[in-house]
This record gives sequence, C-alpha cells and structure tokens, in this order.
Amino acid sequence: MTETLETKSLTLNYGDSNIIENLDLSIPMNEITVLIGANGCGKSTLLRSIARLLKPKHGSVLLDGQDIFKLSTKQVAKKLSILPQSPVAPEGLTVLQLVKQGRYPHQSWRKQWTEKDEEIVLNSLKATGVDHLQDKPVDELSGGQRQRAWIAMTLAQDTDIILLDEPTTYLDLTHQIEILDLLFELNQQQKRTIIMVLHDINLACRYADHIITVRDRGVFQQGRPEEIMTKTLVKHVFDLDCKMTNDPIFGTPLCIPFGKGRIIS
Amino acid sequence: MKNLKTIRLLQNKVSFLLDIKASKKLTLISIIALAVFLFSASFGDSFINPIKVLQVLIGNGSDFDQLIIVDFRMPRIFIAAFAGMALAVAGAILQGIIKNPLASPDLIGISAGGGAAVVGFLAMFSDSNHSLTVSIEWLPLAGFIGATIVGLIVYIFAWKDGVTPTRLVLIGIGVSAFMQAITTMLMIIGPIYQASEANKWITGSVKSADWSQVQIVVPLILILLLITFFITRQLNVQELGDDTAASLGQSVQKTRLFLLLLSSSLVASAISFAGAIGFVGLMAPHIARRIVGPSFGVLIPTSAAIGAILVMVADIIGRTAFNPLEVPAGVFTAAIGAPYFIYLLFRNPRK
Repeated sequence: MTETLETKSLTLNYGDSNIIENLDLSIPMNEITVLIGANGCGKSTLLRSIARLLKPKHGSVLLDGQDIFKLSTKQVAKKLSILPQSPVAPEGLTVLQLVKQGRYPHQSWRKQWTEKDEEIVLNSLKATGVDHLQDKPVDELSGGQRQRAWIAMTLAQDTDIILLDEPTTYLDLTHQIEILDLLFELNQQQKRTIIMVLHDINLACRYADHIITVRDRGVFQQGRPEEIMTKTLVKHVFDLDCKMTNDPIFGTPLCIPFGKGRIIS
Repeated sequence: MKNLKTIRLLQNKVSFLLDIKASKKLTLISIIALAVFLFSASFGDSFINPIKVLQVLIGNGSDFDQLIIVDFRMPRIFIAAFAGMALAVAGAILQGIIKNPLASPDLIGISAGGGAAVVGFLAMFSDSNHSLTVSIEWLPLAGFIGATIVGLIVYIFAWKDGVTPTRLVLIGIGVSAFMQAITTMLMIIGPIYQASEANKWITGSVKSADWSQVQIVVPLILILLLITFFITRQLNVQELGDDTAASLGQSVQKTRLFLLLLSSSLVASAISFAGAIGFVGLMAPHIARRIVGPSFGVLIPTSAAIGAILVMVADIIGRTAFNPLEVPAGVFTAAIGAPYFIYLLFRNPRK
C-alpha cells in the first residue's frame, strides 16, 4: 500500500520560465483530489511531474519518501499510473488488446498472460462497463466508451494511485457525469487515490474530497471544497466574479458566474 | 474473448494470449510465401515445370535443371525473400515508433543514406581511368554502413530532450533529401559506368545474387528478425504514445533508440546486396495491419511474410515480363508502391 505522495521544494519549468516554483505539497491518500486553476496556470504540468513524465528543475516528488526519479520507471508504474489528456489508440486496436497493455509493468517476455493478468483485466473491463465491447476496435467507439476503455487500461495497471489529466475533455455532459461517477465508485469501493485535473468548478466541488487551486506558480489554497470555495477564491484563482451557493441536490458548493445573459425573472 | 486462446505452459512459467483468427491468417500467408518461394524457381529465361523444381530440391533433377535452379535462381530468390522480410519488418517497427502508417525506411532517409554511400564508394575508389581501385565486392558493405550511419544521424539530429516521432519524421525527410542531393551530384560529376552501377543499386535488384551473399545476409537477417520477435511487447506499448508508455513503466527514449537501431540494421542488411528496393517497408506492414490488426506479436511475422511475397513476385515479373531484358525488382515495387502510397494519403485525409 502506498502511504505518501508529496512534493518537496518542487520547481518546474518550460525553457526559461518557471511554471511552478518551490512547491511543498502533500496529496491525501485514498481520496479524490482535484486540481483546478485558470488556463495555463500549470496544473497539468504539476500533474505530469507528479507522474514522473516531467523532470523537475529543482526539488523532487516523493513517493513513500523516495524521489521518483531515483526509482525505476517500472517501480513507479506499479504504484502510480497516469491517463494523459486525449490519448489515441492505434487504428484497429481492440478494447481487450488496449486494456491488456495495462499489465505491462507486471509482465515479462515469458509471462504475458498469467491467471492474475486475466483476472485483473477482466475485472477492469467489468468495473468500467466495457466488457461487452472488448472485441471492438477502440477507434470505433463513442467518446465516452473510448475514455472508459482507457480508464480500464489504467485500472489494469493495478496501482494505488491514479492520475488523470482532464478525463472529461471533449465529452458531452452525460458522458462527463458517467466518467466522474465511475471514478467516484472506484475511489469508494476500491479505495484508490485519484488525482485529476478538471475544468468544471462545480463538478470538481461535487466529486472532490480535496481541492487544490493553482495560481502564481504555486498552490493558492487547498482543502475540502465546502471549506475553501468562496467567491473571493474564485475571483483570485480565475479572475471571475460570481455568486456562491449550494447545489440543490448534493449540497456541495455551486458557483454561478456573473456576466451578461438573458434575465427572465 | 472470442477468437482468443489462453496458453499457459510449464506450470505457468510461460503464458500468452493467442489471437486464433489472426494466427490462422498468418499461417495461410506463410504458406503462400513458401509456395511463391518454390514456384519462383520455375520462372526465368526458360520455364521449368514446378514438379521438376521439386525434383531438383529433393536432389532428383537433371544436371542442367540443377545448375539453373540451384546455382542461378535460388540465390536471388533467397536474397529477394529475406530482403523483403527485413524491409517489411523495418517498416513495421518504424510505423510503431512514429505511430503513422505512412512511415517507412524510404521516408526517413535510411535507404537514401545507403544510396549516397554506394555512390560515394564508387567515386572514392575510382582511379583516373575510371576503373575501380578496390573490388566491387565491397560495395554492399558501403551500403550497409551508409544506411546505419544515416539512421543514427537522423536520431541524433532529432534529439531535443528526447526524440519525438514528429521530429524524427521531419529531420528524416530533410536528411533523406540531402542524401539524394549528394547521390545525384556524385552521379552527374562521376563517369558514366558509375552512374549505371549506382542506379542499379538505388533502384534495387537481386540479379547478381550468389550463394556467398546468401550466406552472409540470411543469418544476419534471421538474427535481427528473432530479436524483433522478442521485443514486440515494447512496440505495442510504444505505439500508445510517449506519456502512456512512460506511465506503463517503459523507458521510452532508450526503447526508441534500440528500435530505431534495429530498424536501420534490418534495412541496411536488406539493401546491402539487394539495393534500395523501395516501398516494401511502407506497403507490407500496412497490408499486414489490414489483415491481422495492430498487435505486433502477429503483425511482425505477417509483415515479414508479405514483404517476402512482394519482393519475390516483383523479381519474377522483372525477369520474365520483358524477357530477354531484365528489369530490376525495385521498379515493380515502386510501380505498385507509389499508387498505394497515394491511395493511403486519400484514405487518411485527417493524418
């Protein structure tokens, strides 16, 4: 079981400009953490660096106290997986063939389909509800189904921590809810730690146990959505004037932006 | 799980998931390749009945048939088949690295590098009387070295905090154009005989194959193919994209360098004797993908079989269609390949 995931004086850069500066951050385990922030604030960059996809300029990301760049890629891949933004599967690759790749860090040339592999792959297909599509090519699926197939692959990797970079981009609202419900269930039932970047503040408040707001090359504020999400925070993080109220169904914070539009009452 | 069979052997020490449908197709294509291999010995200046060919192969034929088939025809069939396999597999690997069905060894300059080296070799070792100062037997080695070095150059130039597929293609196209420019320049300023010798190589022909060449090329290509077969897992993961591959625990850059070296060596071995037979590395893996799907475990051997068929058939046509004139096999692969390439472009407008 993975105990801790944290960053220590982490500085990230693209070329000469720093995206994140000197960040100390600790991610709560067994919860859903959502990173939010304005476009280009560095939330995706931060997520990628936590997943070992981006080498820090200074500082480090510590997984159970160990610098992830001192661990081998394979060691990290057994504890932590990331689903990149809009991944593309090769033409004609079937759902089963894709999900099977999730077992890569656990396999060797001789052992490509052990009983454990089979069990975990079939469970992942079931958990994401794509088991009936397993012989279909991924590129022939709808957007929502395709994203569920990719999440199934990530699940098959069987890691305690799952990172997702905007898993709902390009999906209509129905499929956004479907994907977030799926991730919520995975967290509830299997206690997986989920860390993701989302654009929609209201959906973030509904699904996240912990929200991290990113601004000015660092974390602006973090905590339970109901404790930290205020109109002042939205103003600071997104430069948006709004009214905060509670979601009539879930009771979670709901942000209604000011601006123009039709007024009918 | 339909059409799939779980295979677990030696108390689960070895386990695979076999795609039965794809495996059946692979078997069928391999049988066709073997049939083409045997029957192509029938074709040439004179047609020899396939039954007589079989008699010769089991050591029962007439001395005359024996001479024609074993000494004249078999070496070129071997070279054609193995060059075809190597080019096809090299193309399949490149398409996996670059994640685009239009990638091929011709495109990223590996073949052109071999061509430039061959012409350079002819220019460097000619004396003032325009005759070679060293044996022409060294020419294939020049082609081999040229192709490998250019593969490496493309990789090094494409490096910028790692090598991305897009950079690999763009640098490859640039290097390829540069190599062709060198080739053309050397051919224009060099003597005539040199241009015709070089041209034969650049087009690709298995006409001058003999058993000593077979002894070098066949084991070399077999070893490279065997290595490729053991790393199909890495190719499958590499094709999912850099981020996904890294997330799955692959050392993406190290794997990519190894795959590129493997692909370059395959091309280099194929073209050293057979010349730069074009379009096989593009067509064969693409046709194979349409037939058995993108999983490399079955895609690699299927590409190899199709590549062998393509070059052997091109050579059969080349030595019979305009008899007594011989046309290099590369002319026919290009004649089918170029329209195929255009068809691919039209079929994939979004790519």
